Amino acid sequence: MLEIKGLKVKLEEEDKQILKGVDLTVEAGKVHAIMGPNGSGKSTLSYVLSGRDGYEVTGGSATLLGDDLLDMETEERAAAGLFLAFQYPVEIPGVGNMTFLRTAVNAQRKARGEEEMSAAEFLKVVRAKAKTLKIDADMLKRPVNVGFSGGEKKRNEILQMAMLEPKMCILDETDSGLDVDAMKLVSEGVNALRDEGRGFLVITHYQRLLDHIKPDVVHIMADGRIVKSGGPELALEVENNGYADILAETA
Amino acid sequence: MALDDLKTSATEGRLSSMTLPDVGCTAEARQDALARVRAMGLPQRRDEYWKWTRPDTFVQTEAPRASLFHMDETPLFDAVDRLKIVFVDGVYSAERSDDLSLEGVQIDRLEDICCTDEHWAEDLYGTLEAAGQVPVERPLAALNTAFAGDGVAIRVTGKVSKPISLMYTHESEVSDVFLHHIIRVETGAELTILENGPAAARFNKCMEIDIADGGTLHHVRAQGRDHERRAVTHMFARLGEESVFKSFTLTANGVLTRNEAVVELTGDNAVVHIAGACVGDGDFHHDDTVFITHKGVNCESRQVFKKVLCNGATGVFQGKILVKQSAQKTDGYQISQSLLLDEDSQFYAKPELEIYADDVACSHGSTSGAIDEDALFYLRARGVPHDMATDLLTLAFLAEALDEIEDEALAADLYTRLEGWLVRRRHG
Ligand SMILES: Nc1ncnc2c1ncn2[C@@H]1O[C@H](COP(=O)(O)OP(=O)(O)OP(=O)(O)O)[C@@H](O)[C@H]1O
Ligand SMILES: [Mg+2]
Repeated sequence: MLEIKGLKVKLEEEDKQILKGVDLTVEAGKVHAIMGPNGSGKSTLSYVLSGRDGYEVTGGSATLLGDDLLDMETEERAAAGLFLAFQYPVEIPGVGNMTFLRTAVNAQRKARGEEEMSAAEFLKVVRAKAKTLKIDADMLKRPVNVGFSGGEKKRNEILQMAMLEPKMCILDETDSGLDVDAMKLVSEGVNALRDEGRGFLVITHYQRLLDHIKPDVVHIMADGRIVKSGGPELALEVENNGYADILAETA
Repeated sequence: MALDDLKTSATEGRLSSMTLPDVGCTAEARQDALARVRAMGLPQRRDEYWKWTRPDTFVQTEAPRASLFHMDETPLFDAVDRLKIVFVDGVYSAERSDDLSLEGVQIDRLEDICCTDEHWAEDLYGTLEAAGQVPVERPLAALNTAFAGDGVAIRVTGKVSKPISLMYTHESEVSDVFLHHIIRVETGAELTILENGPAAARFNKCMEIDIADGGTLHHVRAQGRDHERRAVTHMFARLGEESVFKSFTLTANGVLTRNEAVVELTGDNAVVHIAGACVGDGDFHHDDTVFITHKGVNCESRQVFKKVLCNGATGVFQGKILVKQSAQKTDGYQISQSLLLDEDSQFYAKPELEIYADDVACSHGSTSGAIDEDALFYLRARGVPHDMATDLLTLAFLAEALDEIEDEALAADLYTRLEGWLVRRRHG
């Protein structure tokens, strides 16, 4: 599904290398988790995969279902099936959440040569999905993320994911800011999307999320590299002992 | 104070090419206005009030040529049930206009204002304009009072069933037009006025608006899509107790526009909102100049102006709130913002507050910026193509001004027009 090989990335404006050769393959139907100390490059990886400005790829490759991701515009990557749930979802005053969602769904469909969703069908689907995430009609009407609480923003990210039905989902700290109940809601939302044809890359600091969304593989990222990979037990080890041991053994 | 020679000669040069029209019984008011023009002199580039907008082409004798624009879409407000009053190159067209009788309102042409029948507008013509010359001079408005060739006087006495729509078309590339309208909203009466169109190659319009206690006037205006036209417009409004005046202007294209609004809140608990959205690409200069004076107690004023500029377009905002000592509990708000789609465009803003009462809440803000890159990336990451995302954000920026329009159908129509403008801008 997602194949990253030797990916090296520096900041465009500064001479600062952030990713120093990342190797990572997420297979269809699997959930991979990435953990790692603050500033190790997890968000950077997700941004570079989705094509954010400000980064320069200095080496390596990234493909989605065999297509070169790095060669595509951000919106083309989305249409190809890549989705990033943002660590910090952006507020867009003046653009209604509903308008935003429908524009996105239909833009992707159009890019893929599919038929656009009618207003009526869209409304039906979005209402049903919003309900399972406990997103009320008022939140759908309001401008995108404006005045949403931290947890509401994260739920809104999952709603977008559910509407867009991407092939490869990257979730950047979707658990941060969520209360216990919201964590369950969001996890259920994610689990409902788990599917043979879909891959997940879940970035998190805490085992808690992984209790709900059971990963197949856990990676540890440090200083711009994946330094260790293993099964779900690796996350438990981090939870109990922190990163010191792992970093020491891989240094 | 004596005017400098340059100003005097420019003013006399212009005046010598014009003759005072003989319309209705406005002769005396016109003589007075002419005297005001002579005393003030027509504006010059060095005048403080014209610091960012060159007045030369408004002042010069010949109107610069403006090629005609052929509309390729249904005219604005076409779907609205309204009473149409049409001016072609500044001349009232009876064939194209609707019958002027409508319940709750009396509509006359300027030429119908006759002293002999003690017409209600007789004492109003030029009065609010003259009062609005202090503390800042607006000589082009006085020039209008003196030379206006046509216009309507509208007196509202009840709640009118449909809007009155003033439509301006121009069919001559060199038309040079002065229109002067008078609107009087009587106690408790209510009206919506729509204005639409470019009017002329060079258009000077003055509107005097007198709203009695408890009266309401809504005003929605669009200044046409012509690229080469020039317009200087003035609205002078006086608001009585508990009256409401809400005005919105959409401006797209046009090489030069200066819209002045001069409002005096004389009665208590009155409300005035003046708003505008403009979009300009290339050879486009748009100036909103607003002066609001609070005299009554507990009045509210709002100014909301949004400008989208690109390819060297220029936007200007001069907005003042003057709160007199008597105007306690004033609530004044003013925001002017520009969205610069590239680095070639510019926005100049001069927000001013002058407050003599002690119990007031006034705020103002002015910003100028580019498209929010984070929002753009977020939209694109959801699959919205770059151009579409930019347009969506641009319209979102303008939305705050459009929200000032109370009639949702009108607002939606204007929104669609702006959408169209953005699409055309991209595809030539
Ligand atoms: N645009 C930028 N400008 C400057 N520094 C940047 C930029 N983007 C990333 N960095 C730096 O790159 C490093 C990696 O940042 P990144 O956000 O990817 O870390 P992270 O692993 O997601 O951390 P966290 O767990 O705190 O979210 C940090 O040192 C960060 O300061
Ligand atoms: Mg991060």
